[in-house]
Amino acid sequence: MSEYDLVIIGAGPGGLTAGLYAARARMNVLLIEKAAPGGQVLVTDWIENYPGFPEGISGFDLAEKIKDQALTLGLDIETAEVQGLDLSGKIKEVILKEKRIKTKSVIIASGASPKKLGVGEDKFMGKGVSFCGTCDGPFFKDKVVVAVGGGDTAIQESIFLTRFAKKVYIVHRRDELRATKILQERAFANDKIEFLWDSVVTGMDGFFGVEKIHLKNLKTGDKSEIEANGCFIWIGILPNTEFIKGVVKTDESGFILVDTQMQTNVPGVFAIGDVRDTPLRQIATAVGDGAVAAFCAEHYVENL
Amino acid sequence: MAENVIHLNDEDFDELLKTSEKPILVDFWAPWCGPCKATEPIIEALASEFGDQMTFTKVNVDDNPISPSKHNVQAIPTLLFIKDGAVVNQITGMVAKEKLEEAIKSVL
Repeated sequence: MSEYDLVIIGAGPGGLTAGLYAARARMNVLLIEKAAPGGQVLVTDWIENYPGFPEGISGFDLAEKIKDQALTLGLDIETAEVQGLDLSGKIKEVILKEKRIKTKSVIIASGASPKKLGVGEDKFMGKGVSFCGTCDGPFFKDKVVVAVGGGDTAIQESIFLTRFAKKVYIVHRRDELRATKILQERAFANDKIEFLWDSVVTGMDGFFGVEKIHLKNLKTGDKSEIEANGCFIWIGILPNTEFIKGVVKTDESGFILVDTQMQTNVPGVFAIGDVRDTPLRQIATAVGDGAVAAFCAEHYVENL
Repeated sequence: MAENVIHLNDEDFDELLKTSEKPILVDFWAPWCGPCKATEPIIEALASEFGDQMTFTKVNVDDNPISPSKHNVQAIPTLLFIKDGAVVNQITGMVAKEKLEEAIKSVL
């Protein structure tokens, strides 16, 4: 194919939804994903706030269903990592390792990645440090683990960890949670969970893996340590925007700025889901963004 | 579909390590792990591409707890690259297909 109407970067729920809308609109569309379709949904154990699934659904199953729906409607998905974008001409170019793909419009749906603590946890990655309770929780059966954070992900995943761990300490830098009330209620009622308020993790050590976690109380300045084998980090996310640095406008954290049509400062280039500046990052919001962006991209291409 | 990836249990794992002349890739996975299941088609595609130069295997950590603990695997998906009986590379978590390709080529 010499030139696409639309190239979508990233196959999370937002990208896949944009893809299925574009495919139904009979646009000449390609979705590029570097790993497996699904995105961060894949690391989510259980989803109960996405409409249409009253009993809830596992992240993997939901991702599979959205992918299957997009494929059924004729979306093409290519596995490759986008290295950069050349937006200088009227026809834009998506730069891959071995080729460039020409397209009239682009939707950036590259999502976000978990933020790290930056206290030397890198050497314990996969050796006690984790960002995925669903994947790694069962390795901590009857062990003590520390979870860091106070948002929805931290609280929901900590509750999940209590299925395996004998004790989950939630370390949070403030004295109240940001998480949705229903999750807070469940966490407070769970006797395996203990909150360590106003505290941060300052380091960790161990021989084969994590054995000890060092803490500091921000109010009193007191230092302490906990013997724990796991440290789960859920302190927020960073946008996956390395490959578009300086190409489209972002906020100071790197999240892409868009208008109500999901369009960036570059005409014909859209951004949706977790990678854009938005007050709420959910599957439901990403999916809505995807529909809007595909619709607006179609109009943009028609009027080109 | 998955015939090019051999399912190993704790016993065959040690045996294969001792006897394999080709480098080995071991994919530690479990049925409850979304990223593991999502990675499966990528591993299978790489197995059909590089299967003649490398032995592709997978270990279900639920049924085979000894092999992961022997190699200090505490997270899945974890991929171990084994050459001449020794672990030469380890990748934890979901990664891009191109990154896996590079990792495979570097042990061949």
